[in-house]
Amino acid sequence: MSVELVSYGAFFLTIALTYAIMCLGLNVQWGQTGLFNVGVAGFVAIGAYVSAILTTPATESHLGGYGMPIVIGWLGGALAAALISFLIGALTIRLRADYLAIATFGVAVVVQLCALNLEPVTGGPFGIGFIPRPFAGLAGSPLAFSLLNLGVLIAVVAAVYLSLERLVRSPWGRVLRAIREDETAAFALGKNAVRFRLQAFAIGGGVMGLAGAVHAHFIGFVAPDNYVPILTFQVWAMLIVGGSGNNRGAILGAVLVWGVWTASAAAISVLFPPEQQARAAALQIVMVGLALCAVLLLRPRGLLGEVRVVSRYLDPSARRFPAQEIATDARKP
Amino acid sequence: MIAQAIMDGLIAGAMIGLGAIGITLTYSILRFANFAHGELLSWGAYIALALSDGLGYLSASLMLPVGPFSFGWSLPLAAILAVALTGTLALLADALLFGRLRAKGGTIIIMVMASFGAALTLRSLLEFLFSTKPAYYSKALQIALPLGGEMRATPDQLLTLGLAAVLVIAIHLLLTRSATGRSMRAVSENQQLAGIVGIDVRRIIRIVWLLGAGLACVAGIMAGLVVQIRPHMGHDLLLPLFAAAILGGIGSVPGAMLAGLIVGLSEAIAVQVIGAEWRAAVAFVILVAVLLTRPQGLLGRAA
Repeated sequence: MSVELVSYGAFFLTIALTYAIMCLGLNVQWGQTGLFNVGVAGFVAIGAYVSAILTTPATESHLGGYGMPIVIGWLGGALAAALISFLIGALTIRLRADYLAIATFGVAVVVQLCALNLEPVTGGPFGIGFIPRPFAGLAGSPLAFSLLNLGVLIAVVAAVYLSLERLVRSPWGRVLRAIREDETAAFALGKNAVRFRLQAFAIGGGVMGLAGAVHAHFIGFVAPDNYVPILTFQVWAMLIVGGSGNNRGAILGAVLVWGVWTASAAAISVLFPPEQQARAAALQIVMVGLALCAVLLLRPRGLLGEVRVVSRYLDPSARRFPAQEIATDARKP
Repeated sequence: MIAQAIMDGLIAGAMIGLGAIGITLTYSILRFANFAHGELLSWGAYIALALSDGLGYLSASLMLPVGPFSFGWSLPLAAILAVALTGTLALLADALLFGRLRAKGGTIIIMVMASFGAALTLRSLLEFLFSTKPAYYSKALQIALPLGGEMRATPDQLLTLGLAAVLVIAIHLLLTRSATGRSMRAVSENQQLAGIVGIDVRRIIRIVWLLGAGLACVAGIMAGLVVQIRPHMGHDLLLPLFAAAILGGIGSVPGAMLAGLIVGLSEAIAVQVIGAEWRAAVAFVILVAVLLTRPQGLLGRAA
C-alpha cells in the first residue's frame, strides 16, 4: 500500500514538475518581459512532436523513428520550439502588443491542425506512441522507476531554474525588466527593445518546447488531444497563482494548481454519475477561469510576487539610506 | 464548383464580417483584443435557441415555418430578445471584470488576459448548460434554390446575406452620420480629450459593448441557422474574426465587413482546392500575410 502511495506521489510530482517547466518558460515571456502568449499549448506540442519523431524506434507509419538518445530529442524539441517562437516574434513584436497574442493563438490552432492532418509526419489523430521512457529497463519495479523519473525531472527543473535565475539577475535580465517598465527610458539608454523582447520570447518558447518533450517522454505518447487550449489556460493559471515574475512562484503555482486540478477531477469522478462527468468537467474549467479572473482583480501579484531587487550585491536595508540622502540632497536649493 | 464555393464563401464571410465589426469596435475604442468576443457569438446563438424553444412551447404555431424559410416566427422574436440579452451579458462582463480592471489602471495586456479567462469560463459554462451535442433551430429540411450559373443557396442563406448587408450599412451610417457615432470616433481617437469636450466616455463604452455584442449575437444566430449550434462555434470562429478585423484595419467598419468576405471566400476556395481539413489554417495564413506586408490593414490608418 505505502509503496503504491509513494510511487503515485512520485508520479504526481513528476507530471506537476513538467508543468513547472512550461510555467518557467511562460515566466520568461510574460513575467520578465510582458509578452502575452496565448498559444502555450502549440509551443509545447512542437517540442513534444519533434522529440517523439527523433527518439522513437524505426517505423513505417510516420516520419522519423530515428531512435536517437532521449537527451538529443529533448534538445531538438527545445530548439524547434525556440525557432518557431523566434519567427512569430520577429513577425509581431515590433507591432502592437496584442498582435503577438493573436498570432500565438493562431500558432496553437495551426499546430493542432498540422498534428491532426499531417499524418505522414505526426501520425494524425492517433499520434505517436512507443516514445522511450527514461529508465524503461526498471519498469518492473514501480517504486524505483517512479523515484528515478522524479529525480530526473527534479534535475531538469533545477537546471532550468538555476539558468533562468542567472539570466534574470544578469545585465540582460535587468534590461528586460527596464523595457517592460518603461520602454522609452530603456530606449534612451540605447537598449533595442525589439531585439531583447525577441530573445526573451525565443528563450521562453524553447523552455516550453523542452517541457513538451519531457512531458511526452513520461506519458509515453503524443496525440493532438494532449495539446488543446485548456493546457494553455492551466499553465497561465499556474503562473498567475504562483506569482508572475518569480521563478519559484512559477514552480510553486504549477504544483499547487496541478494538485487542485487532479483533486477536483478525482472528486468529480467519485461524486458524479458517469453520464454527467463531461458536464461536471466543464464546471471544473469554469471554476478555474473564475479563479484566474479573481486573482487578476484581487491579488495581481500572485502568491509569491516578483522580488524587486536591482542587484543581489546591494543589501535592500542598506540601499534605502543612500537613496534617501540623494532625494534630500536633490531638494536642497 | 468554383461558383458554388463563391456563394458559400460569401455566406460564411457575412457572418465573419459581422463578428469582426464587433471586434474592431471594441479594439479601437476599448483598446484591447477581446478574446471573449467569440463566446458572445455562441452565447447569442444559445440564448436565441432557448428563447425560441420556449416560445414554441407556449404556442406551437410559432414554430411553423414562415414562407420559404426553415424556421417559424419564434426565431425572429427570440433573436430580438437574444440581442438585448447578449448585450446585457457583455455589459455585465464589463461591470464585473473589464471595467474594474480599467478603473485600476490595468495595462492592455492584463485586459487581454482577463478576456482570455472570461472566454474559457463562458465557453465551459455553455458546455455545462447545454452539453457539447450540436443543436439546431429547426429540423425542417431546405432545398437549395438554383440561382443560375451553377450557384445554389437555401432561402435561409440568402436571408443571412441580405440581413448582413442591411446591418453593415446601418452601422456604417450610425458611425458616420449620427452624433453618437461621432462621439464614438472621438473616443477612439483620444479618450481623455473626448472626455474634456463633454463626451460621456462611459456611455460610449456601454454603447460599444451593446453594439458589438448585438452584432455577435446576430452572427451567432446566423451561424447556428446555416450550420449548427455548438459551444465551440465562437472559439472556432475567433481566429477568422481577428484575421478579418486586422485585415480590414482596426476601427474600420467597412474594412471589417470587406475583410470578413475576403476571409470567408478564401476559406471556401481553400476547401475546394486544398481540402476541408485545412480550413482553419486559412485565417492564420491571411493574418501572417497582413502583418508582414500591411500591418495597418486594408482600410486602416498607419498606427
